[in-house]
Amino acid sequence: MSALFEIRGLKVSVEGKEILTGVDLALKGGEVHAVMGPNGTGKSTLASAVMGHPKYEVTDGEVYLDGENVLEMSVDERARAGLFLAMQYPAEITGVTNADFLRSAINARRGEGNEISLIKFVRLMESKMKELDMNPEMMHRYLNEGFSGGEKKRNEILQMMMLEPRVVILDEIDSGLDIDAVKIVAAGVNAMRSPDRAFLIITHYQRILNYIRPDFVHVMMQGRIVKSGGPELAERLEAEGYDWIKEELGIVDETVGQV
Amino acid sequence: MSTPVTSLDRETAAALGRRKNEPDWLVEWRAEAGDLAGRLELPKPEKMPLARWKLDVYGDYRPGRPVADPSELPAALTELLSDANAEALIVQHNSGVVLARLPDALKAKGVTLTSLEEAARSHARLFRDHFMVAYRRDEHKLAALHAALWNGGAFLYVPKGVEIEQPVQIVVFADDPAATVAPHILVIAEAGSRVTVVEHMYSALPEGADALLVNGAVEIFAKAGSHVRYASVHHMESAAVDIAYRRAVLGTDARVEWIVGDLHGGNLLSDLHSELEGQGSVTDIKVITVGTGSQRISLTTRARHVGKASESNMITRAVMLDEATSILTGVTKIEKGATKANGEQTERVLMLSPKARGDANPILLIDEDDVKAGHAASVGRVNEEQVYYLMSRGITRREAERLIIHGFLEPTVAEIPLEGLRDTLRRILERKLG
Ligand SMILES: Nc1ncnc2c1ncn2[C@@H]1O[C@H](COP(=O)(O)OP(=O)(O)OP(=O)(O)O)[C@@H](O)[C@H]1O
Ligand SMILES: [Mg+2]
Repeated sequence: MSALFEIRGLKVSVEGKEILTGVDLALKGGEVHAVMGPNGTGKSTLASAVMGHPKYEVTDGEVYLDGENVLEMSVDERARAGLFLAMQYPAEITGVTNADFLRSAINARRGEGNEISLIKFVRLMESKMKELDMNPEMMHRYLNEGFSGGEKKRNEILQMMMLEPRVVILDEIDSGLDIDAVKIVAAGVNAMRSPDRAFLIITHYQRILNYIRPDFVHVMMQGRIVKSGGPELAERLEAEGYDWIKEELGIVDETVGQV
Repeated sequence: MSTPVTSLDRETAAALGRRKNEPDWLVEWRAEAGDLAGRLELPKPEKMPLARWKLDVYGDYRPGRPVADPSELPAALTELLSDANAEALIVQHNSGVVLARLPDALKAKGVTLTSLEEAARSHARLFRDHFMVAYRRDEHKLAALHAALWNGGAFLYVPKGVEIEQPVQIVVFADDPAATVAPHILVIAEAGSRVTVVEHMYSALPEGADALLVNGAVEIFAKAGSHVRYASVHHMESAAVDIAYRRAVLGTDARVEWIVGDLHGGNLLSDLHSELEGQGSVTDIKVITVGTGSQRISLTTRARHVGKASESNMITRAVMLDEATSILTGVTKIEKGATKANGEQTERVLMLSPKARGDANPILLIDEDDVKAGHAASVGRVNEEQVYYLMSRGITRREAERLIIHGFLEPTVAEIPLEGLRDTLRRILERKLG
């Protein structure tokens, strides 16, 4: 079976500094991949570059979703093609309610003349918010404005659940979540696992992987994947840290783009 | 039909008063103002020369036809009437008030809502104690002109302790470019009273109409412990010049909230001032504006703290398109002795066109040490991080920008205390922002 989502030899620069030095990853439908790695090694850069953030310049490599060239698409086209990134630091937008925003996002996918009815939308949003144990009032709050760290993360998952993407990248979705919230968010992700959907979970902690069992675990250093394995790799990292990998591979400074 | 006034002096002003059978003292008062108008200079708003503004059109006294019911009002007026069923409603059509009504229950409590012209006769004492006390006729030429020529207007009196639930609606509508439109709205809220006022000014001027000068003013006297919420939305055609002076004087523990949508299509001089006289008085000021075409907008908000522990919070937001210019000035003045005062102000300008100009001038004038004061000002374009975030959910760039721009103004729109007017406002924004 060919991959649902494939990254080949991806190199990315920010402000002239090379951050990703050649990333290869292939996600098949139904799979969950975890990406771990020390701070400043390029994990968020990978996520942002794939999503198409304007600051990240792809200098080499290819990205395919269902055989389609993602790098030729604008950010919104990538999203409509089925890519979703739960961001480490989601933007706050004054004056745009969570509900108005999500309805626009859903309708952008459905296209003109095929908009979701208001009633249907509200029901959908209410039920998903309930699953995530979110305060119903968050529906009418301005997008992420004044949300606590945990509320922002839940709101990212809410969007994922409502937009039903094909390829989901979660960038530190577990950071800043309390123990119960990690479980709730993980349950939301698990409910969405399906043979035609793939997940890439960027995390620092084993905890979330106890709830969302990954098929593969990758370690990122110096802007590339330096080691891949099964779930046991994450467990070892949690127990021993990264030094043994650095030793094994002869890496002194694992970060990237630093002077 | 008399010929329009082209220059103003003592005699013209007096003649206007006599023609309306006004009391002698008011005729004399107008005469003095007419005299002042000939001598005083134009105001000098920050960085906005008024020399080339068409301000010497005074028009003629041409009131609309009085009606008994909103259904008899001109179609262009009723079309935008936010709530035709409003029980507390006063409508000025061109130079005169054509409809004023107030529920009997409120009348029984001593509430008054009449044209200001009427109040000069029926409530002479209150009128003389308050009219143009907060906005003085000798401030500058435009104030003197207003004092000499004012017409129609509204007088809202809320007695001690009376709370009015439903918003009082004030409508000013102009469709006659030859008319003098100079409404003066006077609100007196006695101690412990509570009222919400929604003022809506709009026009339907004939195609290719000559310039119309709308020289209006609002004065609010909020006595001890009263709470006045005043929302004002102006949107006239570009042929009109909108002069909008808004003033409030606050007694002890009084609270005045201003929610202003200055969405006029032509040149606009907007000057809003809250005088925090009483200890513990609080004013909250929110203003939005949108500049299009070659509009010139001068928008000043000012809070002057005299009372101890008085508080002001001013937020002004402008969206600038085309070749429009806007100068936003916020002045927080804290006088000596106003200890524990707290004044905050924010001016934000969103620039959508390289040819537009937007200026934000925060000014803090603090003569007392034991106070808090802060300001934030910014002039910028649509935030690319926000656009990226919205696009990452599948929303097109165009739609993302639209959401962000409307969102920038929405917190103030959402505060308008009348649903019909909120909707009208959103429609105007939809049109102005393209
Ligand atoms: N927009 C940017 N502008 C400047 N430098 C950037 C930008 N994005 C990433 N970098 C730099 O690229 C390097 C990798 O950053 P990245 O955010 O991808 O790391 P990360 O692996 O996600 O780290 P963390 O675990 O702390 O989230 C860092 O040195 C960072 O400073
Ligand atoms: Mg990161």
